Amino acid sequence: MSQLRQIAFYGKGGIGKSTTSQNTLAALVEMGQKILIVGCDPKADSTRLILNTKLQDTVLHLAAEAGSVEDLEVEDVVKIGYKGIKCTEAGGPEPGVGCAGRGVITAINFLEENGAYDDVDYVSYDVLGDVVCGGFAMPIRENKAQEIYIVMSGEMMALYAANNIAKGILKYANSGGVRLGGLICNERKTDRELELAEALAAKLGCKMIHFVPRNNVVQHAELRRETVIQYDPTCQQAQEYRELARKIHENSGKGVIPTPITMEELEQMLLDFGIMQSEEDREKQIAEMEAKMKA
Amino acid sequence: MAKDHVSGPEELESLIQEVLEAYPAKAQKKRAKHLSVTTATDEDPDPVTGIASKCDSTKSNIKSVPGVMTIRGCAYAGSKGVVWGPIKDMVHISHGPVGCGHYSWSQRRNLYTGTTGVDSFVTMQFTTDFQEKDIVFGGDKKLEKTIDEINELFPLANGVTVQSECPIGLIGDDIEAVAKKKNKDIGKTIVPVRCEGFRGVSQSLGHHIANDAIRDWVIEAPESEAKKSYEPGPYDVNIIGDYNIGGDAWASRMLLEEMGLNVIGCWSGDATLAEMERAPKAQLNLIHCYRSMNYICRYMEEKYNIGWMEYNFFGPTQIAASLRAIAAKFDESIQEKAEAVIAKYQPLVDSVLAKYKPRLEGKSVMLYVGGLRPRHVVTAYDDLGMVIAGTGYEFAHNDDYKRTGHYVKEGTLIYDDVTGYELEKFIEKIRPDLVGSGIKEKYPVQKMGIPFRQMHSWDYSGPYHGYDGFAIFARDMDMAINNPVWGLFDAPWETPAVAAE
Repeated sequence: MSQLRQIAFYGKGGIGKSTTSQNTLAALVEMGQKILIVGCDPKADSTRLILNTKLQDTVLHLAAEAGSVEDLEVEDVVKIGYKGIKCTEAGGPEPGVGCAGRGVITAINFLEENGAYDDVDYVSYDVLGDVVCGGFAMPIRENKAQEIYIVMSGEMMALYAANNIAKGILKYANSGGVRLGGLICNERKTDRELELAEALAAKLGCKMIHFVPRNNVVQHAELRRETVIQYDPTCQQAQEYRELARKIHENSGKGVIPTPITMEELEQMLLDFGIMQSEEDREKQIAEMEAKMKA
Repeated sequence: MAKDHVSGPEELESLIQEVLEAYPAKAQKKRAKHLSVTTATDEDPDPVTGIASKCDSTKSNIKSVPGVMTIRGCAYAGSKGVVWGPIKDMVHISHGPVGCGHYSWSQRRNLYTGTTGVDSFVTMQFTTDFQEKDIVFGGDKKLEKTIDEINELFPLANGVTVQSECPIGLIGDDIEAVAKKKNKDIGKTIVPVRCEGFRGVSQSLGHHIANDAIRDWVIEAPESEAKKSYEPGPYDVNIIGDYNIGGDAWASRMLLEEMGLNVIGCWSGDATLAEMERAPKAQLNLIHCYRSMNYICRYMEEKYNIGWMEYNFFGPTQIAASLRAIAAKFDESIQEKAEAVIAKYQPLVDSVLAKYKPRLEGKSVMLYVGGLRPRHVVTAYDDLGMVIAGTGYEFAHNDDYKRTGHYVKEGTLIYDDVTGYELEKFIEKIRPDLVGSGIKEKYPVQKMGIPFRQMHSWDYSGPYHGYDGFAIFARDMDMAINNPVWGLFDAPWETPAVAAE
């Protein structure tokens, strides 16, 4: 068995982290890798496409029923999905109550201590939206994920989020061993998307791992609770994910300590690309429009 | 034990400098603002004590320096341990993990009448005992269940308070919603208190939060039967901020009743929920612990136009002055009775002074207590001929230090939020004849060969309020200082008398 590799997918909410990660992992399993997915989102939807169903028994719900995590066995919470991929979900409270961050910490500690990480090549963490608190930073702390892959797009807020996550990685990079694996751009068909993604990667000092084109087949597969790899293994999109999986596999140990930029620098970058107006220009434009309206 | 003791303002100033030298530059700068020696002022001397000094230049109510051994508590301690805990006919839930409730179990010697576990619950411990799953999934459901169980097991409990521990604020539990729901379900007063320990710099904010909870959830709640059915009288007063440590409130109440006043509520020592509910019907609020309960007095003044005044029942000088000042707010009949009360207890005072003053005269005292006693007990020591060498507060604010100037003379050492190291050094160098502070300070001081009395709990004695309390206070101080054990402190072979033989 090769050394255990731990990776994590982060990115703005709704960017397609879960879809991208599951498709990539399905491609990795084709390459003969043994994989464990740890879903770190209270919604518990990080393994749906692999299991072809929503996982019902999350670590935290079973623990709450049994009394505490100490009363659980690893077999209770790990389910086997597509081509033997092991799946588990931390789970968490319903929106608006309790502390989901603490839940992630509890669940990851339980899995690690009880041998869920034995006999796998890859552990992949899928984490919700943003690094909002210490709990959701758990996978990037010491001895967890070695590389973080940020899923992003050409949308402004996705760029902001990617930069913020890079800040979180930087914080832990010096104390632990976490590195930024690179950016994965999930195409949204915004202006000059690929160039923008490459420019941000350059600013952060990391690689643009792969540009995943938009394709409706992803949606078709998703509606059937399947990855594209499983739904239509021969289509072009499946090839894209295989390409992404290969690049990630070859990226082992090549992560970097990111160099996040300030908000001002980020806005300047968008100005330079001509896709964002400066405040002065916009004000001038508004004044012109108002003048026209009056006339 | 001949020692060169530090005394006099110049020596005290240089002692402060010496103590500060132990700190790194940043801590030194911060701590320097909390240590001072009182100076002269051109303000008029206090009519009772005849003293005026300036000691409000000391900084107070500021975050403790990280790394030092502070003696302060937290907001939960201020609410559960001080203000709410003594209300005897309500159950106070320590909401969160088990530790906070466990280590504050039994309260602070807030004596009460009643049958514990039947109609009174002060010394019992109730907790929601949070586990990991309550943190992750929230504790509101568990709180509801706890309230239901309390209601079933203790049907004579008249209400429940929820004393928040730190995690409640972190995970955002909606304890207010639970309180409203349970109030509808069981028809009893349920008070949610947001006194998470991480809030504020000391227990002081906990007092304020607890006062606000009384305002919002008791006084402004729909009028209860206890309040509706109460017919107010012209001599109705509330005692506010007496927690009945060792029976203090009983010794105080007795004097007020003897002078013809009708004490309709005593907050919160030996108090009931009904006493709080009908408090706004009183003519006057008499406030003992200004620091912990001035907030509710100001509120009652604004909303119900009830006046409030501070009083001091430590030592005969202050007692007589306070009784006269209180009586002055009422008619002549009360004023006459107040004089009669003072006269009645004069023989007791004379006998106490005759017995103890010769044994205690000239002895020096250093105090370090909470937010009131560092100044309030000073005159009681003065009545016994004792001198205050230094005093300090854990959690006082600037207005407390202003008031302290009426009690301590020029040239007194003042230490705010003192650290363990500073206090030990000060005591070592000043070597007073007595130190009055808390349990954590007691044994180190005694090991230094210096007599000690606990001034939070009255060292399992009390009451110290009122005339009866003064007799006990004088006896206890004598017992500590003149205990023959101090003569045996040095090893026999080092005692000069033995060596001479």
